[in-house]
Amino acid sequence: MGEALLTREAVFDALAENVAIQALRAAHPEAITNAKFDRGELTLVIAADQIRAACRTLQQAGYNFLEDVTCVDWYPVEPRFQVTYHILSHKMKERVRLHAMVESIDPSVDSITPVWPAANYYEREVWDLFGVRFHGHPGLRRIMMPEEWEGHPLRKDYPVEGYR
Amino acid sequence: MADNPHAPEIPGFTETATLVKPRPEEGPKDRTMVLNMGPQHPSTHGVLRVVLEIDGETVVKLVPDIGYLHTGIEKTCEAKFWQQVVPLTDRIDYLCPMTNNLCYCLAGEKLLQLEIPARAQWMRVLLNELTRLNSHLVWLGTHAMDIGALTVFLYTFREREEILRIFEHVSGQRMMTSYFRIGGLALEPPLDFFSSVQSLVKILPEKIDEYENLLTGNPIFINRLKGVGYLSAEDAISLGVTGPPLRASGVDWDLRRDMPYTSYEKFQFKVPVSNDGDVWARYLVRLQEMRESVKICQQALDGMPEGSIKADAPHVVLPDREKMKTQMESLIYHFKIVTEGFQVPAGEVYQAVESPRGEMGYYAVSDGTAKPYRVHMRNPSFATLQALETMCVGRLIADVVAVIGSIDIVLGEIDR
Repeated sequence: MGEALLTREAVFDALAENVAIQALRAAHPEAITNAKFDRGELTLVIAADQIRAACRTLQQAGYNFLEDVTCVDWYPVEPRFQVTYHILSHKMKERVRLHAMVESIDPSVDSITPVWPAANYYEREVWDLFGVRFHGHPGLRRIMMPEEWEGHPLRKDYPVEGYR
Repeated sequence: MADNPHAPEIPGFTETATLVKPRPEEGPKDRTMVLNMGPQHPSTHGVLRVVLEIDGETVVKLVPDIGYLHTGIEKTCEAKFWQQVVPLTDRIDYLCPMTNNLCYCLAGEKLLQLEIPARAQWMRVLLNELTRLNSHLVWLGTHAMDIGALTVFLYTFREREEILRIFEHVSGQRMMTSYFRIGGLALEPPLDFFSSVQSLVKILPEKIDEYENLLTGNPIFINRLKGVGYLSAEDAISLGVTGPPLRASGVDWDLRRDMPYTSYEKFQFKVPVSNDGDVWARYLVRLQEMRESVKICQQALDGMPEGSIKADAPHVVLPDREKMKTQMESLIYHFKIVTEGFQVPAGEVYQAVESPRGEMGYYAVSDGTAKPYRVHMRNPSFATLQALETMCVGRLIADVVAVIGSIDIVLGEIDR
């Protein structure tokens, strides 16, 4: 697997041939704010306001399949929420991970359902369990918890046993 | 329902039933009604609730409502040591516990960058293919029962019982096996394990012929399945469908072959694909898959390497019982792992495996401590359920039952 590459410049140098990096740098030169290549997996941090455009570019570049959308709560660090996308290319047999970092005050990011309808349930799950809203989602409702539930259980400041 | 006086006043609150409304304003001729199917319905394979808008018997709209089995496994993982998460992964999908164990262990091993001995890897392949057979046998029995062919269920559960007996023999548990560990396997398989698997693998092809004799030529079964629940390849990809439903829609993609893990690259097998995209195609693809799984099992039995079943990493893998009685270091390592866990270097990985239902992925994040910072499961049923409406709209209610059976959902996996 080789050494981990932890800075954007190192990743850009070492993986200059990578289709995802090439396509994103050509279409949105400012979109990639950081990058990492660790344990054989490529991670690109995308500016949160450009995530939908970046996904569309990747889709056109051959990354045709959205595998997963989820979130990690880095409380109390800001930006707190790391919305994570895993995108796969059936043709290149390659996976790329995108991060969109979201602040804790009114956490929200653009929905990617216009690009991949598959994001629908995943984004509802992230809203339900983390409280991150998605602009342009066709029906952002709770999916796991009861509809009248208060709070978002997977946040780090939510106790494991819940409130009693 | 919208003007229910007892409805709690909460901003953003939407009752699922209010999303589907009858439309009396369109006149008595076009009047549609709302039908609530589930959560306790025998053909929804668990606690799935589906709200249907129907015009006569034709489905106009369909909204799945899930979450009845939500147990917060992802939250629980964050409070456990890395090795304590393995038994939780069984409970996600009770039909393929070994696949869940495997996916989680592979993710942990990738974070730790552990090298796993060949014997452990081949054992994992063998048990995973048995798990696939086990899951497909349950699917075949219940799917045929939903359609009205009750006999098949008794036949498939006969063979499933044999597989569960093997699981009990090797791990001590029929269903919640927890047999894999980060770093290898829990135990060396018992002495007569391989011979009992061999005798099962020998009879399975003719048993599959037997199921096919009952179903494949049966005109009632064919009429209920052919042309029902069509899903195009484009829709399947854009809706995140994986596994047999994706291959039945004509997309030739199998993680075991295309992104091999745990030494699947050393096995020869075909990936069955169909272009029809209907329930019948999914039935044929899964039956073919069962035959291929039998072949993989046979290859694993024939070429099973000798050697250790655990990685050489004393700070992660529990020592042998015998060594603990004679060696001080083993005792210390055992005590340390059990009481304070082992630390996993910071980082994040996503590991995907081909489960019987499609792509199962574990996204694990470590912050360098002995407990996972975050474990997320990407479950195939959860994504495939999104395609249910596309497959059912315009068809009859009875076809909804056939389609739900054909995508082979497990609700424990959807709700986690």
